[in-house]
Amino acid sequence: MNARDILDYLGIIPLLPLAGAVILLLAGRRIGEPRAGWLATGMMALAFLGSVVALFALLSLPADGRLQVNQVFTWIPAGTFSVGMGTQADPLSVTWLLLVTGVGLCIHLYSIAYMHGDPLFSRFFAYLNLFAASMLILVVADNLLMTFLGWEGVGLCSYLLISFWYRRNDAATAGKKAFVTNRVGDVGFLLAMFLIIATYGTLEYTAMAPAAEIISAGTATAIALLLMVGAMGKSAQLPLHLWLTDAMEGPTPVSALIHAATMVTAGVFLMCRAYPFLEVSHDASVVIMWIGAITALLAGTVAVVQPDIKRALAYSTISQLGYMFLAIGVGGYEAAVFMVLCHAFYKGCLFLGAGSVIHGNGDNQDMRIMGRYRKFLPVTAFAMVIAWLAIAGIPPFAGFWAKDEILVEAYAHGDYGVWIVGTVAALLTAVYMTRLIFLTFFGNARYEAADAAPAVPVVSGGSDEGDPADADGHDGDEDPFEDHPTVVFGEPPRPSRLHGHRPHESPVLMLVPILVLAGLSAVGGLLNLPFGKLDFLHQFLEPVFEGAKGVKATTAQKLTAEGLSVLMALIGVSIALLVYRRGLRSPDRDPLVDRLRPVSTLTGNAYYWDAGVTRFVGGPGERGASWLNRVFDARIIDGAVNGTAWLFQWAGRAASRVQDGYVRRYALGILLGTVAVLGFVLLWAGR
Amino acid sequence: MTLAALEITSSYYLVLAAMVFTIGAVGVLTRRNVLVMFMCVELMLNAVNLSFVAFARALDDVTGQVIVFFVLVVAAAEVAVGLAIIVAIFRRRRHATADDLRALRG
Amino acid sequence: MIAAAPIATPAVDLWAIAPIIALVATGVGLVLIRALLRRNQAVTPVCFSVAVVGLLVAAGLLARQWHRVRDDGPIVSLADMVRVDPFAVFLGIVIVAATLAGLLLAYAYLRREDLEAPEYFALLLLSAAGMLMMTTANDLVVVFVALEVLSIPLYVLVAFDRRRLRSQEAGLKYFVLGAFSSAVFLYGIALVYGATGTTSLSGIATFLAGNTLFEQTTLLVGLGLLLVGLGFKVAAVPFHMWTPDVYQGAPTPVTAFMAAATKAAAFAAVLRIVLTAFPQYRDDWRPILWVLAALSMLVGAVAALVQNDVKRTLAYSSIAHAGYILMGVYAASSRGREAALLYLLVYAFMAIGAFAVVMIAAPGPDDAKHSYDDYRGLAVRRPVLGGLLIFFVLAQAGVPLTSGFVGKLELFGSVAQAGETSDYVLLVIGVLSAVIAFAFYLRIAWTLVTAPDDDTAVAAAYSTRPRRVDGWTGIVLAGAAALTLVVGVLPGTFIHFARDAVFF
Repeated sequence: MNARDILDYLGIIPLLPLAGAVILLLAGRRIGEPRAGWLATGMMALAFLGSVVALFALLSLPADGRLQVNQVFTWIPAGTFSVGMGTQADPLSVTWLLLVTGVGLCIHLYSIAYMHGDPLFSRFFAYLNLFAASMLILVVADNLLMTFLGWEGVGLCSYLLISFWYRRNDAATAGKKAFVTNRVGDVGFLLAMFLIIATYGTLEYTAMAPAAEIISAGTATAIALLLMVGAMGKSAQLPLHLWLTDAMEGPTPVSALIHAATMVTAGVFLMCRAYPFLEVSHDASVVIMWIGAITALLAGTVAVVQPDIKRALAYSTISQLGYMFLAIGVGGYEAAVFMVLCHAFYKGCLFLGAGSVIHGNGDNQDMRIMGRYRKFLPVTAFAMVIAWLAIAGIPPFAGFWAKDEILVEAYAHGDYGVWIVGTVAALLTAVYMTRLIFLTFFGNARYEAADAAPAVPVVSGGSDEGDPADADGHDGDEDPFEDHPTVVFGEPPRPSRLHGHRPHESPVLMLVPILVLAGLSAVGGLLNLPFGKLDFLHQFLEPVFEGAKGVKATTAQKLTAEGLSVLMALIGVSIALLVYRRGLRSPDRDPLVDRLRPVSTLTGNAYYWDAGVTRFVGGPGERGASWLNRVFDARIIDGAVNGTAWLFQWAGRAASRVQDGYVRRYALGILLGTVAVLGFVLLWAGR
Repeated sequence: MTLAALEITSSYYLVLAAMVFTIGAVGVLTRRNVLVMFMCVELMLNAVNLSFVAFARALDDVTGQVIVFFVLVVAAAEVAVGLAIIVAIFRRRRHATADDLRALRG
Repeated sequence: MIAAAPIATPAVDLWAIAPIIALVATGVGLVLIRALLRRNQAVTPVCFSVAVVGLLVAAGLLARQWHRVRDDGPIVSLADMVRVDPFAVFLGIVIVAATLAGLLLAYAYLRREDLEAPEYFALLLLSAAGMLMMTTANDLVVVFVALEVLSIPLYVLVAFDRRRLRSQEAGLKYFVLGAFSSAVFLYGIALVYGATGTTSLSGIATFLAGNTLFEQTTLLVGLGLLLVGLGFKVAAVPFHMWTPDVYQGAPTPVTAFMAAATKAAAFAAVLRIVLTAFPQYRDDWRPILWVLAALSMLVGAVAALVQNDVKRTLAYSSIAHAGYILMGVYAASSRGREAALLYLLVYAFMAIGAFAVVMIAAPGPDDAKHSYDDYRGLAVRRPVLGGLLIFFVLAQAGVPLTSGFVGKLELFGSVAQAGETSDYVLLVIGVLSAVIAFAFYLRIAWTLVTAPDDDTAVAAAYSTRPRRVDGWTGIVLAGAAALTLVVGVLPGTFIHFARDAVFF
């Protein structure tokens, strides 16, 4: 069996987790708690193994021949145009396969311990497997429609997993918000598909690259921008980013898997697949570049002042995704993919670490009442410190290489505007990550001071307690489903929920994946070192983006951009160290937030961006700001989501109020319709 | 001027038919009694019949007149079914006002 | 002395109208059997069996016709009044299948609602005969007669539940508005006849191709009125207002039958009339259809959002689906026709499946409780039944791997193909409508999977003994689900089937 034959069987990889999902959905309850998790994990391990085999099969082919499309069967034959179900093995899809299965495997393993004791344990793993299957379908597809199938699948799974604890009101609302926002993106995706069909009658990726050259720039711009709208929905770019922070209501492994490492990168994947259109359309590239840059900057400013560990990481994710879009906009597709990989490593590690922290201190997510946790969670602290250095852009950790390649590309490309924005965002990244790490693991311990409740006798101090869905070890008779763990900006710190316990380290099963990802964050840069022939990833991906007009940066440009960004990272770390070195004097006083008022109020409530900035410039002080804070969050943001819903509800009520039951009224409707039709034919038609 | 001098063309019948049709349609919209509404529908059908005959005359084609028979048969069948439904409702409600039947709405 | 002029009788090809004869004969036969076996206990089972056999015979005849007309071209008979072509036979098959479903669903339903009456079967078959006639009609007068033959039994069927006032109210509303709209339709025929001197569809086309009208108003007004009358039957906005009330009030098997079969028959007439008789006037009727399609898609989806009754929500959604199909008519191409035919086929089964579950799942004895609260937690209590309803509504929403997705894709694709600005606008409206529709379909699905709060009304719903799924309903459910899934996963065969059927 030669390599091409092996690659023809790429379709088996998504089928493995799919089979796992089906088995678990049908017989999950019978399989029972630990075994259901191991079954799902086993499926992911097999899929990972398959991806590794695919990688080696692909590597054994000559560099310019690494493309193997296998049309399994014709799915929809329609006139001259038909859509098949097929797989496309090329460096891009295999890279994503390895990413999804590898990181997915870590997170499955982690979830076995994290979800321990949850009444819906097996269903959780069924959803996780289903998600992995959808994501893999999205990746291996050889045409847009099949990608769309996976796209919808991951959207559905994301919805199911965000609202997994559906009795929690916030979780259900957040799930809906994610769903609605993603639908907006889907409109773009669908329209782009129709436009592509109408323009040249195929949806296959291999046919797009040559076809893009023959269509007009206007059509290419339209297609690229519509696809971008779809990608923005999934990848949480401004202004469709609203759902991602709310999606933190889901279980933490979900945040790690879907909302940090894999699903949100689907937008980047789509843009990579659509690169021929971007190459033709300069306008679309510029739009994408700026959307990415602005997203990276603004999300970074929001992350700086968030009190909630998961929300801070969520905004950080949005910001990092902005970098990836920026890279695509400046034509650095390989750099974007590199960033996707490194980001998956360190953000996966950070989220899993955050889950471990939350798990270990009574479901508390408020960093203001943490501090000095390295004493209690040494392993988690060690891993997260590595990931911190990686994301902050300190050499030689992974994030440095990835981010710098993007900034170098932007600089070399001559887009100094986005380059400056990106460099400032790098500073912010260093600040907020340092703040997060120091508030959590270093400085003074604040959980005791905040523990207002009287200490209760130790019930069970074991390390396997404290499961978020079943937190009976901590909360006594409190209904965990009524819980609102998320801490929004401006909210005063709540009493710690440790009730006299001390934070504790998580079980080994959770620590292993964290450490694996931390290790990858440390050495991930080796994938693509910008020295001579060491840029393996670049060489690997280059054939995919054939004809892309990349810019080769000169050494001087490289040194300028890289030097400046390292400097920025160091400055950022120093600023945060200066402020948070000793932790917080009191949990309700965050020096950075206090000193930067009212700017911090502005950024803390992320949504001033949309509509609030103009009003805020009018100059009200803190009181006005906090008023705006409330009003805008309630009216504008929820308003934007609810308002759309409300508009349709109103229209629906109007339509059904006409339907008042009087048969005469209905006849009048028919008559009015008739009059309208006749009016049309008499006045307009027949010419 | 005598009446005989007025030349009656088929257009007159067409206009009359249109007017009768409109009267019938307005009747359906304004009357509350279901029976009267049915009669108004019959009026509309007969207005159409008049048009058919007028057109047949103008075109010198017998088809239009044949169609009228079809319409008459259909109208008779329709009335039979309509009356059956009304009687069934009448048994329960003791009156035949269309406006009272509005349990289904929204 | 009268000259013995020979009377030219038209050639009658009985083979062409054999399926219609089979259905009418069975229907009349049922009435006879009913009269003969008046007090016999076996009368209902016997009538049911006869009706099933009659339908199967009709289906067999249609299958024979299909091969013949596909290979040898259409059969035109009865003085050009009837035209049996692949298009007609395709929709005939859809109609007969939907009728069979309406029949099988009704057997247990009628017993359960204590309405047991063979008349139901006879009316159903006669209505189906009218629908078959509609698909083959090649003359406006035949269209009118077919319209009445299919409608009059339907009026009775909708009002069939004598004990439920809502059923009778629905019947009355349907009747009054149906009669009103058929009068409008008939007036349209009269005006077209006056303008062209013929009522034959091919005759009209020949006349319009050969002559330039000095004065078009009569013809155009006539065309407009024809569209109004047919718009009523397909439930296009603004002629849709009867639909929610009638679908909600009618006995559920009748609702399923109406949603599937009536729609197919009415669209047969729409497609045939506008495309064979008035191709020269496509610039005049296409804008009208554009508006009807856009309004139907938007109003249907939006109004369904705020309903509190599952059956009514599905009724509004059927309006939106009519809008999607109208897009295919609007496209006025063979691709659009193919897409419309395919959608009529897949929608028939999605609708029958959904209404079949609704028929079984409603708590309480009298087919009246269909509010969302009554359905809360159904999928938890009865995973198979609830899962099927979720599947059918997701298919209607157009989720990939279901037939609804394939159908929508074909329809949207056919509009995109035309490629003018107004086409794209309609496409955007269609996608928007599909997105809005997602919301209420998911609401249904969500309602089914959430456990009820401990509300007394809901607790009551829980306490009622779940209704058993009888064998006939099981067959219908399994068939509808299988077809919906198969078309979604392997649409090739069905797309080819629809493509073979676009020929008039």
